[in-house]
Parts: sequence; structure tokens; C-alpha cells
Amino acid sequence: MKIKLFSYNFEDTFVHHLSGLTKIICFLFLTFAVMFSYDIRVIISILLFSLVVFRISKIKFKQVKLMVIYVAVFIITNAVISFLFAPEYGVKLYGTRHEIIAITKSISLTYEQLFFQVTKLFKYASVIPFGIIFLLTTNPSELASALSGVGVNYKAAYAVALTLRYFPDIQREYADISQAQQARGLDLSHKAKFKDRFKNALLIMVPLIFSTLSRVELISNAMDLRGFGKGKKRTWYNMKKLSRNDHLALGISALIFIASLGISFFINHSRYYNPFI
Amino acid sequence: MKDYFKISTRTIVATGLGAAIFTLLFMYVKIPSPVPETSFQTAYGLSAFFATLFGPIAGGLIAFIGHALSDSIQYGSPWWSWVIASGVASFIFGFAYKRTSVEEGEFNMKSIITFNTIQIIGNVMAWIVVAPVLDIAIYSEPANLVFAQGVIAAVMNSISAGVLGTLLLIAYSATKAKKGSLSKK
Repeated sequence: MKIKLFSYNFEDTFVHHLSGLTKIICFLFLTFAVMFSYDIRVIISILLFSLVVFRISKIKFKQVKLMVIYVAVFIITNAVISFLFAPEYGVKLYGTRHEIIAITKSISLTYEQLFFQVTKLFKYASVIPFGIIFLLTTNPSELASALSGVGVNYKAAYAVALTLRYFPDIQREYADISQAQQARGLDLSHKAKFKDRFKNALLIMVPLIFSTLSRVELISNAMDLRGFGKGKKRTWYNMKKLSRNDHLALGISALIFIASLGISFFINHSRYYNPFI
Repeated sequence: MKDYFKISTRTIVATGLGAAIFTLLFMYVKIPSPVPETSFQTAYGLSAFFATLFGPIAGGLIAFIGHALSDSIQYGSPWWSWVIASGVASFIFGFAYKRTSVEEGEFNMKSIITFNTIQIIGNVMAWIVVAPVLDIAIYSEPANLVFAQGVIAAVMNSISAGVLGTLLLIAYSATKAKKGSLSKK
């Protein structure tokens, strides 16, 4: 129950000094670059680039070990399931068929399927480092100003700021309620009868939600008294001015994004790189 | 109709705090189902409840922010197609706002049926239409796989939003004074 939300620590690195706005734009550029392309060469280059940034931002493996395990389990399950559901998907995509081995009469492994799945595996893996870097190097209180900087309505951005501010409080409250109920014999696991599990979940949700509802009144009154939402725009205490390094980072990410699109449109003529023709 | 999209300070605060509870429930409070390796997400019961009280904008943002945040904490990066689908589902739940009698101190049979009809429409739209289509467009997943996943998700989430949402709304309406509960002597 001890999860620190975005275990953000300030370190003296290039990435930490960038403004939140820069980081969110770079994150969007780079993830879209990977999400769009199905060219394994592009994906692996971006993956290598992300690992370099990882090193620069001095994130230790210890900090992200748990995430890496979750992601590995997810990617492997996804690979197995999508093979079972559509073993001929690669053949359909690439238009040729080179069989490696027949597993049963109707299912066989082809080079096309293998190539497609390996590409997909790297594609999913390469998005993760950017997300982790973004989360671990961005000050949560700067995130709202960054969001409003990329054009999100400031009220929605403020809702995100409130979420980040109140998550630890609600987590603490949840731990209290859940321990109190468990001391009274509440069971949420497989051992409880199926019908009782919903009732038991409610015994935790009801106190949590109702105490939050009264808190909503309190906070919104306080904000109203300070004139929240009266203007069309607002300023942010944590907003940083863009420096030379910010422009550099933005330039590099935009370049990678354009390169990824360019390779898809002008060299491969589709989102997929086809080595079979 | 204009009422549905009005954003007051109260809506914003409810969105922020609702999203924090959504994140927490999404990560920690799952009800194991009789089918192995699957579980009911209690978080959709919460988003249906908040959407009914505060409208579609609050509902949609709660699920979108909450799902994106919990994905980021667990996996490092959100799975966008499902995050968007979560937002769409809870946005649609929000059309139960002001259509039920929850604020009048009585969540009667008619309200229960209205709420559940809207809730099921939202889940079906989100998980059988939006999520699979985005999965194919963004991640190029095989179609039969994503539609199979979508149907399972729609059924499971309708059950958790239906059961938990209804019970929460009944509990909430019990805290409100009934309309016309005072009489002149």
C-alpha cells in the first residue's frame, strides 16, 4: 500500500531542467512517432534514442523495476493471445506466405507473422521509456500548467492538478477504511461468496465516497470565494519560461516525428515496412 | 440540454477528487469474478455514480484522467484506446444527470431503470464500438481479438456499473431530504 505517486525527485540533469510544457510536447511527438509507424527500423532507432534519454535523466532501474515486470507480462500475454486469435494476420498484411513450421493442421507459424509480432513487441516496448521519463522527471505541480500550455482548457487542467494533489489524501483514507473493515472481518478475496463480494466492496466505497463528497463542497466553496473560474484565462505559479535547451529538445522531437512520418509516406508508402516483396 | 455541459467550480472539484478515487479503485479494488483471471472494476460503479450526480463532462473526465493516471503508474504509459473508451463510457453515463430523482431523496424503480438503460448504452458504445475500432486504428490489433475483448469488457463493466452504481445512488438519495417531507399542522 506504499506507492508513491510519480516518485519525482529533482536531479540536476538536462531532462529535469526542461519545462513541463516542453516535456509534454516532446512526449506527444515521440509517442505518436512510434504509434504511427510499423517499420521495425524506425521503432528500434527510437527505442535506442529513448534509452539514451533514460541514461541522461539518471533514472535508476530500481525505480522502474515493478513497471518493467508489469509491462513484460502484458506484452507477452498480448503476443500469445493475438497469435492464437489471428495466426495469419501477418500473411494478410504483407501479402506473401513463408511457412516456418506447422503447429497443427490449420495453424502454422509463418515468417510474416513472426516479423509482425516482433515489430509489435518492440513498438509497445518503445513507448514505455518515454512515459516513465516524463512521469519521473516532471514536477506534478508543473503538469497542470503544462497541460494548459498545450491547449487543454484550464479548468480541465486544474482538475488534473486537484487529482494529483488529493490522490495521497484519498489513498491514506482508503488504507484507514480498508483496515478498519478488515478488522471487522470483511473479505474481498476469492474466499468470500460471490454475492457478498459486491456488498463488501461497497462497505469500503461508501465511506470513501461520502467523505469525499463533503470535501468537494468545502474545496469548491473555498475556490469560489477566491474567484476561481471568473476569467477566461489564468496564470500558473509553476510555469517556466522556455530556454535554449527547451527549443533544442522540441526541435529534436519534432524532427524524429517528421522523419517517422516521412519514412512511412515516401519510402514504405504505408505504415508497414515490407521486407517480403 | 445546456444544463448537461455547464461547468461550475463544484463540477471541477468533483472531477478532480472523483478521478483520484477512480485511480485508486482501478488499481486496488477489484472484485474477482467466477471466471478465472478476470475481475469486475469497481471504478466504473464510481464513475457512473459521479456522472449521474455531476453530468457528462465530470463523468468523462473522471474516467479519462483516472484511467490514464493508473495506467501510467502501473505500466509507465497509458493504453490510449482503452483510456479514451473509458472516458466515452462515463461521458454517456452522464446523460442520467437530472433524469433521475436522486436529488429528491428517492431513487425509485423508474430512476433505476433510466440509470441502467443509459449505463448499458454507454458501456456497449464504448467497449464494443470505440475501444476495438481505436485498437485497430492505433495499434493494428487483429479484429476478432479486440471485438471478443470488447464484448467481455462491456458485459463485465455493465454489471459493475449497474450493481454498484445503483446501490451507491440509493445510498446517496437516502441522505437527501425527501421532497414534501414537511407538512403543515
